[in-house]
Amino acid sequence: MTKSLTIDAKGMHYTPLNRQIREAVANGVREVTVNGVLGQRFIGSGLQGDATITIHGVPGGDLAMFMSGPTIIVHGNADHAPGNTMDSGKVVIHGSAGDAVAHSMRGGKIFIRGNIGYRGGIHMKQYEEKRPILVVGGAAQTFLGEYMAGGLLIVLDLDETMHACGIGSGIHGGEIIIRGDVDDASLAAGAKKVPLTDEDRKRIAPVIREFAGDFGLDPEPLLNADYTRIVPASARPFAGKYTWE
Amino acid sequence: MCGIFGVMDKRRQMMDGSGIRQALSMMNERGSGEGAGYAAYGIYPEYQDCYALHVFFDNACDGKAVVDAMLEEWGTIEHDEVIPTYDQPNLRATCTTPWRYFFVPDPSLAPGSASPERDVITSLVMRINANVDGAQVVSSGKNVGVFKASGWPEDVANFYRIEDYEGYLWLAHNQYTTSNPGRWEKPDPFNLHDWSVVENGKITSYGTNRRYIESFGYTCSLETDSELITYVIDLLVRQHGLDIDLAIRALSPPFWEDIDLMPEAEADLNRALRLAYGSATMNGPYTVLAANPDMMVGFTDRGKLRPMVVGECGDRLYVASEEAAIRAMEPGVESITMPAAGEPVIGRVAP
Repeated sequence: MTKSLTIDAKGMHYTPLNRQIREAVANGVREVTVNGVLGQRFIGSGLQGDATITIHGVPGGDLAMFMSGPTIIVHGNADHAPGNTMDSGKVVIHGSAGDAVAHSMRGGKIFIRGNIGYRGGIHMKQYEEKRPILVVGGAAQTFLGEYMAGGLLIVLDLDETMHACGIGSGIHGGEIIIRGDVDDASLAAGAKKVPLTDEDRKRIAPVIREFAGDFGLDPEPLLNADYTRIVPASARPFAGKYTWE
Repeated sequence: MCGIFGVMDKRRQMMDGSGIRQALSMMNERGSGEGAGYAAYGIYPEYQDCYALHVFFDNACDGKAVVDAMLEEWGTIEHDEVIPTYDQPNLRATCTTPWRYFFVPDPSLAPGSASPERDVITSLVMRINANVDGAQVVSSGKNVGVFKASGWPEDVANFYRIEDYEGYLWLAHNQYTTSNPGRWEKPDPFNLHDWSVVENGKITSYGTNRRYIESFGYTCSLETDSELITYVIDLLVRQHGLDIDLAIRALSPPFWEDIDLMPEAEADLNRALRLAYGSATMNGPYTVLAANPDMMVGFTDRGKLRPMVVGECGDRLYVASEEAAIRAMEPGVESITMPAAGEPVIGRVAP
């Protein structure tokens, strides 16, 4: 039997709230529902194990920071940097999120149905089997994938409202895949567009199916859409800018 | 990192300070407990034709006698009194007495000015803040007042019993202090007659901007960003007659490469603004919230290094560092947006 717990977080400070969640998961609770969330930071931060945390409300910044394993589902918007340096697990946000989403993320998945702010995916990274994935249903803002060092960042721009520029500023690893065409002027120095190959399309298909499934979307039009793939122009895009050799 | 919050009612419906206190305290994590403040428009209807001067007197100096004499020389003090306060054990200790004057400046002392009363007030604020030991004017507008101190937002609100004041437009600030903790006049907001300013960030072009504004006769005595921004907005809007959207574009202009992509007439206007106001352009990370009796405006730096969330609900416009602060005051907020970098949010009070 799955043990479950419901917490009313109305008016609660984030410290006792996070302590309660950590203790519950450590004691084998698999389903934690947190109601009345408003602005509490660090929810699920450093949390380890196999549990699902369902949040009703608007959590504060650094949701799921350093998290390793659990799934967090947010029925609302999130603030700055959800998934900051997240290790593994999954974050599903049914609303939008603020700036620096997936900041330095090193593994796991973040799915956001709405829009994200500036600097989405800043310094995402990868190492051996660790390969973080960020998928945005709506639009991303300027400096998407800034200093990106690894991982996969997909923007579906479902409402076709995206006006980001400076995309991939300082990118030196990983890939950014955006539905539709991306104007060359929107790319930062150091980023380049390449065609999405059939192998690429096969590779992202399961991610898109999972995203569509989580949000009740029809995956077929998304699987067959045109995409722009953006990768680093070189492994050291600023070799001549900050160093002399 | 600081927390800022602003709310405006387009139909001048009054809000007491309790909701603003609650909203600001949602962002306690953004401050360091060393400074917070509130500015409110519409709080002094019984003296609405007087300029309300909020002055911090250092009890160790005899600044009050000097200020009294200066005000009597430049106009008429209709009424003055200590601002009621209620001791809070957690506020950082000080020997400051907050005082308020309701003052009518003598316009004949600024002949040839298009706004003589404001010129007299501006001159008085510069002189007092720069030259009078133990006296700092923190607000000086009609029907507006700034309430601030060194402490957490709730303690500062309780010190002034902010819930006893009713205004139609409020700005609030929770400071993450990086210098000079303990001085009560340092935290935002800052106000000069019409304009009040709160800021989250740090203007790295402070020196350039300060030299520019001081060349027009303003004196930056507090050395805070909000003081500087208030003076620059006053110069551009009141003295140079720029519309607020153009003034903001002068402070936070598009990058040259973006101007090159604009249609010709728009590009010409933006080039002219950048050339005329290059020394007023603010660099660094910032979100600025400014207000006068008729409007509230918010804008960010061009690289968007600080957050700004905008909420709308009926006649209310909200601008805050975090969505949670808006929802604390307006749980049923109808729209939440995050404007693009440099794109101003301008809310106007119905005439």
